[in-house]
Amino acid sequence: MLEGIFVDGLIFSIMVIGVLISYRILDFADLTCDGSFATGAAVATMAIVNGTGLATALLLAFLAGAVAGVVTATIHNRLKVPGLLAGILTMTMLYSINIRILGGRANVPLLRIETLYTKFPQIFPMVSTPWALLIGTLLIVFIVKELIDVFFRTDLGISIGALGSNEQMIISMGIDPKLLKVIGMALSNALIALSGGLLAQYQGFADANLGQGMVVQGLAAIMIGEFLFDSNKISLITLRVILGAIIYKALMFLGRYYGYYINLTPSDLKLLTGILVIVSLIVAQTRNAASTADARKKALRRNKERREASMKEGGDA
Amino acid sequence: MLRIEQLSKVFYPGTVNEKTAIEYIDLDVRDGDFITVVGSNGSGKSTLFNLISGTYPVTGGKIILNGKDVTNSPEYRRAFTIGRIFQDPTKGTAAKMSIEDNMITAFKKGMKGLGISLNASKRGYFKEELKQLSMGLEDRLKDNVGLLSGGQRQALTLLMTVLSRPQMLLLDEHTAALDPRNAQIVMDLTTEFISRYRLTTLMVTHNMQHAIDFGNRLIMMDGGKIILDLSQEEKHSLTVPKLVKMFKSIKNQEYVSDEDLLTP
Repeated sequence: MLEGIFVDGLIFSIMVIGVLISYRILDFADLTCDGSFATGAAVATMAIVNGTGLATALLLAFLAGAVAGVVTATIHNRLKVPGLLAGILTMTMLYSINIRILGGRANVPLLRIETLYTKFPQIFPMVSTPWALLIGTLLIVFIVKELIDVFFRTDLGISIGALGSNEQMIISMGIDPKLLKVIGMALSNALIALSGGLLAQYQGFADANLGQGMVVQGLAAIMIGEFLFDSNKISLITLRVILGAIIYKALMFLGRYYGYYINLTPSDLKLLTGILVIVSLIVAQTRNAASTADARKKALRRNKERREASMKEGGDA
Repeated sequence: MLRIEQLSKVFYPGTVNEKTAIEYIDLDVRDGDFITVVGSNGSGKSTLFNLISGTYPVTGGKIILNGKDVTNSPEYRRAFTIGRIFQDPTKGTAAKMSIEDNMITAFKKGMKGLGISLNASKRGYFKEELKQLSMGLEDRLKDNVGLLSGGQRQALTLLMTVLSRPQMLLLDEHTAALDPRNAQIVMDLTTEFISRYRLTTLMVTHNMQHAIDFGNRLIMMDGGKIILDLSQEEKHSLTVPKLVKMFKSIKNQEYVSDEDLLTP
């Protein structure tokens, strides 16, 4: 049971890294995610059902997500509409497309077919099944995290980060911001779809409604992560996103499992998630104000020290 | 270096808010020129800069950069040749990223690849470069730029702009938002970099003394036109009162004619 929460959280964390890229790094409020998550699940499921092999299935899911991201970024770039609207457009269109991918059905099961999650116990026979699933998922998440960390240390990755912080600076450095947005959004939604592809295999079915409310859940996980520690290093940022995702899933599990003591039903979880995000925002705001004040104090102290040092030098001369 | 022919810019054409910001300007900026640009608010200085760097599309006329017509080329393309620094110190750097990440982005103009350029030797180089700012930034490579003061950020912006090796600098009142001491530091660095890298420069300033002291040419703008273009020799004997007098005498001619219209 405990392992289940971790597996759930880890799969979810890949999606949250995708949301992190659009929402935090690119500063692009992207709702494509609600659609592309289900797209990933649908593509992976149909690929597996049609016997393409597991690696190919995940690769196809990844690419399908990337295409969704490119569509959103292109709508935003070409039609000059806000990212939010571009995302909603893609998400809405994806709902129909996802049902098409699923062969006109809203739900396709993955029963009696080999998936990654039926394979893990064979790959790790020395441990019990839940642990095998956990180790397998952990491995995948670790690889994804490492690749993302490396990517955001490359020149391209750093410039994507700079774009989210200051678009004018990117233009001044001779880079086309539109192209960077396309790349960033493609990567973001590719990860989201990859996560969807994994979840479909874990839970054993793909559903056209799988992505509903994903953005908000992702934001909640990001914000929980940000409570853990403060850093501007990408490796620590992705780590705290993963931890945040697991904690979020654990909280939701508690809500589902023990919620009935206070009359909570599973349908209340979305409300809880929303409240969680709002509370996080409030706390973050007050903390931000405090840290700005702190930074100001530090700067004053540094200035004073420097002035004193230069006065001493002046005195010596 | 830069030639502007019959350049004009009209905002909101065809509406009640129609406003002509630039009226048929001709300007020839020679290689190595350091031109100071003065003029009151709304005279069109910033619009001129926005047109040169490509932030706004032009209404009419041509902009020729290094012999190439760049009138319709996007801002990021022109940025290969033109480095621009704004009045607002937050515009030139990414606040949420460390100093070294900012510098590596500025290090080479143009689209970046998947290589990792930020290594020990680059860090050493950045430290050396930061030392000339004498602001102690060389010890804070990993600090977020958002933690720096306005003066430090503007000095860093200047350094980053120069690191990317533009041929031309557009300085849009880049010291106006700083306190006098930091403004002095940034201005000293500016002149040092301009002469070291022989940058062709246009500098907007509201400081008349700066306009006279710096550069080899002075342009005064008013009502979207260049009303005064002084060469090095003419600038030589110039003082602030003389410059103000010149400005007033040109303006007065207009007022006189306005009054003519009003009196029967």
